[in-house]
Amino acid sequence: MKNAGIDKAIEILGKLVRFLRKIMIHIISVGPMPDHVAFIMDGNRRFARKNNLSEAAGYRIGLLALISCVKYCSELGVRYVTFYAFSIDNFKRRSDEIQPLMDLFLEYIEGLMKEGSIVSRYGIRVYFQGNLKLFSEPVRLAAENAMLATAHNSKLFLIVCLAYTSTNEIVHAVQESCEEKWGGAILLNENEKNDAESFVKVTDIDKNMYMAIAPEPDILIRTSGDTRLSNFLLWQTTCTYLYFPSSFWPEIGFRHLLWAILNFQRHHQYLTKRKKQG
Amino acid sequence: MCIDAFKLMGLFSCCDFLFWFRGSMDLKDEMQRVRFWVNQIGNFCLRLVWHFVHLLVRSWYLGVGVANVIESYLISSGLLRRYRFIDVGKLRYLAIVVESDDACQISKVIQLLQWLQAFGVKHLCLYDTEGVLKKSKESILAKLKNATLFEEADERDPLLDQKHMTLEFASITDGKEAVAKGGNLLFMKYLKLANSGAEQKEQIFTEANLTEALRAVGYGGPEPDLLLVYGPARCHLGFPAWRIRYTEIIHMGPLKSMRYGSLVKAIYKFTMVRQNYGT
Repeated sequence: MKNAGIDKAIEILGKLVRFLRKIMIHIISVGPMPDHVAFIMDGNRRFARKNNLSEAAGYRIGLLALISCVKYCSELGVRYVTFYAFSIDNFKRRSDEIQPLMDLFLEYIEGLMKEGSIVSRYGIRVYFQGNLKLFSEPVRLAAENAMLATAHNSKLFLIVCLAYTSTNEIVHAVQESCEEKWGGAILLNENEKNDAESFVKVTDIDKNMYMAIAPEPDILIRTSGDTRLSNFLLWQTTCTYLYFPSSFWPEIGFRHLLWAILNFQRHHQYLTKRKKQG
Repeated sequence: MCIDAFKLMGLFSCCDFLFWFRGSMDLKDEMQRVRFWVNQIGNFCLRLVWHFVHLLVRSWYLGVGVANVIESYLISSGLLRRYRFIDVGKLRYLAIVVESDDACQISKVIQLLQWLQAFGVKHLCLYDTEGVLKKSKESILAKLKNATLFEEADERDPLLDQKHMTLEFASITDGKEAVAKGGNLLFMKYLKLANSGAEQKEQIFTEANLTEALRAVGYGGPEPDLLLVYGPARCHLGFPAWRIRYTEIIHMGPLKSMRYGSLVKAIYKFTMVRQNYGT
């Protein structure tokens, strides 16, 4: 009886929170809204240590935070959401630290593909961008299947960066650009090759980046209070508003997104002017 | 007569119908007009609330600004103990990003550099998007004592004293365009391996080779440990991407309101940071 009362109270509280969130979204939508928000999900292990949980539990709660962020972004009308899920640098960790992450990833993909999952409810198209060749075959196949299965969705684009670093992305883009130009250049004679100003241009590199599927991020949020990009989207964040809240990733909430967007709106005119000049 | 009566009745029915139709159209118009005005008033109220929310945000930042001014004063006067002794040796290379519109205030830039020189910072990169600081480098170097261009400095020179500082000047062309130039160098090597296997071609495109290529085309500056942004918003404004992989980025506010205490606090915070580099 008492439990039913508490459940009812929680249900009412939940409805009230959703209602207040809707009102806030209506209010802030009066101003310019970001099209693309990127997240560096830092602090899962520190959160686990702080709350006496295992690292695996920390990552699971972090995954729930990711799903919540995707929902909030969908409600806010954000079209592109990017998450820095696994860096190439993370391969330096011990295999007993990496394996639970890979298992969680496979479980997550399986969940995404089910009927009624967040992907089908919110019309999400999933991309996994990075050097996927560095992963084992089951992980690579799961990622490719998920991308194929959600290719028909177009309301929100969820980009998960796996085996990704910006410097690796730039080198890959330079390589792709060179391979594209190779055919034309091979026909030139030695003098023509030396005289040619440049075969590879910035626009070639831009279009071969892993992140060419999305516009440049408007906001980049890194949790845990660290104030660096850790080799994430360095090429794309020229005029991106950077926000470094001190909360750990599993603690991220709507209030952080709201604050980031309010600050983005404060600086929108300046950032737009800088983007046009760039 | 009966036919006339029927005709009259028919006429009256038509008129009734027309009056009713016109009445209902008037009602629909009225309802649409009411809906339009309700929407307009609703939007107006929403805008008002949005401005009010932003007023609250501005007030918050005003309060934070006042607190920062007081803290900066306390730091400058040495009253806060933890800021008295800072190991600046941990800061091997510092970068300063200045908003180009503010970069014209050369006197402010020189004052900032003098503070950093007095603090013991030895190697520094000055960046602004449009290259205003690059154009003013001669006058900046002339007004600073004990400062040379990074490209011309020689660490092994025993005449370089403790307070000597090297300065590098960068702009947006040192970023993406530099990578394209480095990429072209790699492309020339790639062309020479026209008949080789894929494996040999793969070995050309590595991060180490691109770093070397950037150095060869004159864009081989080191990675800063700390990047201080003097501008209205926290963003790096296109500082060369290749060089800020693990750089700490701190927003200092506009150049016109720079304070020595805030600079000390930023450097202190940097010395307390511990990086895992992904492990």
